[in-house]
Amino acid sequence: MDAIVEHTGFASNEPEAEKIIKLAVMALGGQGGGVLAGWIEKCARSQGYAVQTTSVAGVAQRTGATFYYLEMAPNEGKEPVFALMPSAGDVDIVIAAELMEAGRAVLRGFVTPDRTTLIASTHRALAVSEKIAPGDGRADSSEVMASLEIASRRLIADDMEAKAAEAGTVISASLFGALAGSSALPFAREAFESAVKDSGRRAEASLIAFESGFQAAAEPVAISARVEEFKHAELPDPKGKDSLLAKWRELELKLSEIPAPARDMAYRGLRKVVEFQDLRYGREYLDKIALAARSDREEFGFELTREAAKHVANAMAYDDVIRVADLKTRRSRFVRIRGEAGAKDEDILRVTEFMHPRAEEICGMLPAKLGRFVEQNPRLMRIIDRLFNRSRRLRSDTFLAFIRLYVIGGMKWYRRSTLRHAVESDHLENWLTAALIYAKSDYRLGVESLRARRLIKGYSDTHSRGQSKFDKIMNGIERVSSREDAARWARLLREAALKDSEGTELDGMLSTISTFASVAEFSEADSAAKE
Amino acid sequence: MAERSFAREVQKLKLGDGEIFEGEGILAITKALLECGVGYVGGYQGAPISHLMDVLADAEEILGDLGVRFEANASEAAAAAMLAASVHYPIRGAVTFKGAVGVNVASDALANLSSAGVTGGALIIVGEDYGEGSSIMQERTHPFAMKSQFWLMDPRPSLPTIVDAVEHGFELSEASGTPVMMMVRIRTCHVTGTFKTRGNRRPPLTVRDALANPRREYSRVVLPPMTYVQEQDKIRNRWPAAEKYIFENRINEFFGPDDSNIGIVLQGGMYNGVVRALQRLGLADITGESKVPLYVLNVTYPLLKDEWIEFAARKKSVLVVEEGQPEFIEQALGSLLYKNGCDTALPGKEFFPMAGEYTGQVMLDAVAGFIRANAPELLPDRQRAPNREDELPEVPDLSKTVPIRPPGFCTGCPERPIFAALKMVEQELGSHQIAGDIGCHLFAALPPFEIGGTTMGYGLGPASNGAFDGGGEKRSIAIIGDGGFWHNGLSSSIGNAVFNKSDSVILVVDNFYSAATGGQDILSSRAGNSTKSTKHPIAEAVKGVGVEWVREIDRTYDVGRMRDILREALTTDYSGPKVVVASSECMLNKERREKPKREAAIKGGHRVVKPRFGVDEEICTGDHACIRLSGCPSLSLKKLDDPLRDDPVASIDRFCVGCGNCGEVADAAILCPSFYRTDMVCNPSRFELFLSKARRLIIRGLQDYRARGRLDFGTA
Repeated sequence: MDAIVEHTGFASNEPEAEKIIKLAVMALGGQGGGVLAGWIEKCARSQGYAVQTTSVAGVAQRTGATFYYLEMAPNEGKEPVFALMPSAGDVDIVIAAELMEAGRAVLRGFVTPDRTTLIASTHRALAVSEKIAPGDGRADSSEVMASLEIASRRLIADDMEAKAAEAGTVISASLFGALAGSSALPFAREAFESAVKDSGRRAEASLIAFESGFQAAAEPVAISARVEEFKHAELPDPKGKDSLLAKWRELELKLSEIPAPARDMAYRGLRKVVEFQDLRYGREYLDKIALAARSDREEFGFELTREAAKHVANAMAYDDVIRVADLKTRRSRFVRIRGEAGAKDEDILRVTEFMHPRAEEICGMLPAKLGRFVEQNPRLMRIIDRLFNRSRRLRSDTFLAFIRLYVIGGMKWYRRSTLRHAVESDHLENWLTAALIYAKSDYRLGVESLRARRLIKGYSDTHSRGQSKFDKIMNGIERVSSREDAARWARLLREAALKDSEGTELDGMLSTISTFASVAEFSEADSAAKE
Repeated sequence: MAERSFAREVQKLKLGDGEIFEGEGILAITKALLECGVGYVGGYQGAPISHLMDVLADAEEILGDLGVRFEANASEAAAAAMLAASVHYPIRGAVTFKGAVGVNVASDALANLSSAGVTGGALIIVGEDYGEGSSIMQERTHPFAMKSQFWLMDPRPSLPTIVDAVEHGFELSEASGTPVMMMVRIRTCHVTGTFKTRGNRRPPLTVRDALANPRREYSRVVLPPMTYVQEQDKIRNRWPAAEKYIFENRINEFFGPDDSNIGIVLQGGMYNGVVRALQRLGLADITGESKVPLYVLNVTYPLLKDEWIEFAARKKSVLVVEEGQPEFIEQALGSLLYKNGCDTALPGKEFFPMAGEYTGQVMLDAVAGFIRANAPELLPDRQRAPNREDELPEVPDLSKTVPIRPPGFCTGCPERPIFAALKMVEQELGSHQIAGDIGCHLFAALPPFEIGGTTMGYGLGPASNGAFDGGGEKRSIAIIGDGGFWHNGLSSSIGNAVFNKSDSVILVVDNFYSAATGGQDILSSRAGNSTKSTKHPIAEAVKGVGVEWVREIDRTYDVGRMRDILREALTTDYSGPKVVVASSECMLNKERREKPKREAAIKGGHRVVKPRFGVDEEICTGDHACIRLSGCPSLSLKKLDDPLRDDPVASIDRFCVGCGNCGEVADAAILCPSFYRTDMVCNPSRFELFLSKARRLIIRGLQDYRARGRLDFGTA
């Protein structure tokens, strides 16, 4: 069958088909794609065009990808025959209400370099598959942005969602403005605007968003400037009592002993641990980083120190009850939450926290010795569990709930005596020592061992699962440590562990490792025998 | 109340003679029904004809004024059965549902109706759910017409031809005493356009009149010996009468020159696609004036032998454009050519794919291939040997980058917490045999929940677990929605489980509507409906057919309770069927109703509390466990501007409706303390204001006190 059928590819249309303007709208359910298509149709009709809209609206409200397609031509008596769906390589204008949907339009061949004006919103609405990975499963936006430029004849790309949000409406309005601003349709701005005005409800907000969309298209900024470049914001200098600031300066001075490429990371880490506990804790942190720096080598760009600065800070600022309570009761948080909710000063905002401590967390708060004793006594654990393990919803805007959190959040003075602190410190010590030993014989493996720490995160069950994955990786690393490609395996193990929560991929990779590890042992034994 | 309101649009149904209608396909069909003097209408919702049901429901007043009865039937079978009114009475009736699944459900009634034959015109409008945007298995409605011998129309997808087809449909039905099915494809239902209207006609005989003067004719009863007579009647009388009507009224159309030695025969529904391919090849102008002869089958069953032979006999080759499989029309046309001694070549699926939609590219490739092979001289030079324009840059392949985006539960959907609870129970008790049904809850089969492995049809979820009814080490679980429950589930699934002493668990997801099809009311809907009887509890119905173990939960967002009930159902000693009814209103419908009210109340100075959820970025560690128990569109990720943090953290967008799932799941699954809920109190009382001020004053004092002893790093 395929033998007879040739793909016509980009072969140009004959002139007759070019009289028709073809426009596709790719959106997500709930973004107002239908409203947008309606506006375009109305606008074109008012300008004496014959128009046809079709849609696949089966799941329009249910967050999946949706599709609207319009064709139009000047009305010259007899009705034109319009197609009901777009053909690859034969679409003049594509409007995509989200970055990956723009990518999908390219993928489906609706955006082609010879003809298509692409109006795309650069914001992201993540698909479920991108969100559920325990690591970072997000699709590569920069790759898609680059493709949009290549694939389209003309690209208008901007964060149309932000513009709509600013105006308090949905994205259809800013996209419609961008369509008007692009001059891709032969209609004057007023024709577009009156379509919006006629739609009645919320027309005002829509017109504001329309205006900013129009501007974005009419005065396009260079695309490269729009690609989200990851530049870190400057950190504000710490504020506080002079005595504290003086001690902080001392720490900052000590920071200069850290190799330059790792210094920024160490500075951030230092802030984090001091904020978590106190200045003394910060000094301990710097000592640990200095330890890593001593094993480090310049030819690798001090990667070891940088990774240590990052992961040691995270390990030292572990998520205990005190930290959570402290963060929940800060003034700056209250200000942020009110801002997010758009609450004005006189507005009332109630805040409910969802807490659920288990016996383990309670036990972790006990003095280390007592905590260990309780932990090893299942009966005691059951009693504690019965007493404490229940859902606690705290209205942190009320005095009684606030004061409970406030008191806990102020227990930093006691933190160093807790079981949790002892456990975390031991763990940190073992891990850092192991990594630095690996680094001596295999620099890259040392770096990868530090990075394995990324797996430990979350609370309760999630935390234990992360911990067990971390242990598995460290065991795996031990097994491969004598191999030349050990660092590669360590990286693969970490990547596998971050892919699914159950650790299925990780276990698969570990069993691979165990096969060749045993082969290696065998062949070692074999060669020893020969000698 | 349906998801989309047509209250404004239905006013167009009142247009009179010579006015111009402008709007969607479904509305045009409704208008055509009224112009034809239809006496009763009904149907069952389902994409792509859900909106036709919504239009009819919203137009009930206009219908009533004309003496037209509207019935929101309980199922497609009920809808098709209603056409029985046209068997003995000369009343035109029309029903609508989706194909092929709706036709499956209706086929018992359709077969009986076809055997009995009709006196009044009986029209079935089927939305053919095939190709992109379809929500069902890919099958054709076509063979149902062949097996029961009713007539199948597939009109060209433009408003004037669809409107004509409705009238022809009724007349054809009456002329041949046979029901007629009119097929409209997904995009045709929603295609916009214009046509010139005629005034509405009251039915000459209304259903009320008919009730006053009952009729019966023994020959119409589907019982032997009449069934044998009816079969003969179909072949000897009804079929020829249909052919005669179709031929004399020129329902099938011819375009293009008479003298070409090639041609294209096509289903009416394929017309625009074929013309587009011809336009692109320079073989048709913008208005569809074609250089290639086209034979457009606006009726695809029966085929007219003489018309076909006359078109094809003197041609060298004719291309068949027939979407889907098997290629019934191509086989039939080929057989006619052979039996009439014609040697015309009849390619079809040689150029087209046997399976799948005829997209623009497929159509272009196939038509171009056919013309190149049979009449290359027709093509402009550059189309004869197309060169790839190599100067165009190669577009990078994004297939590995762009994620798929299947539909899922909406923001705030009450079904999300049910499946979060079920997933948690499975984490505790191990995985189970779980069957799904038809409806929104089927989205649970996708990540992140991945619950349920089969769907055997509407209302058949629990029945599909029949083989496991005997129980064992674990119990089977079946999920059924409220729509499926009333459609067929009460008897086929619940009754079946009771009768067979099933040791299984049945979870009824009650969201107050037939939600997946667009939020139509059903028996258990909680809202008042002036023309329908609602508020019949599912639990009562279940008890009525003999279920003894019933648990109800009236707030599905209570994840902990939901989990406890499911655990109880799976572990209890009771061995009969265990039914859990989980009820909370569809958020899409609720928000549509409540949001404007809320905004008006705030403006009017009334006290309103607006909930929303948030995440503390510093506390969230970026493990995404909450998302794996949610998948909410509003719960997304955010990359922090902090090189210490590798993984993006959870983040809630501005469309959050504060349903509570995030907090409940974080709590019930003991995930983390990052979530918080804010309740903004609009227009509070004076006392509240005072209290809030006092609280904030004290809290601020404590915060300032602590801040004095610390370094402030500006963390929010």
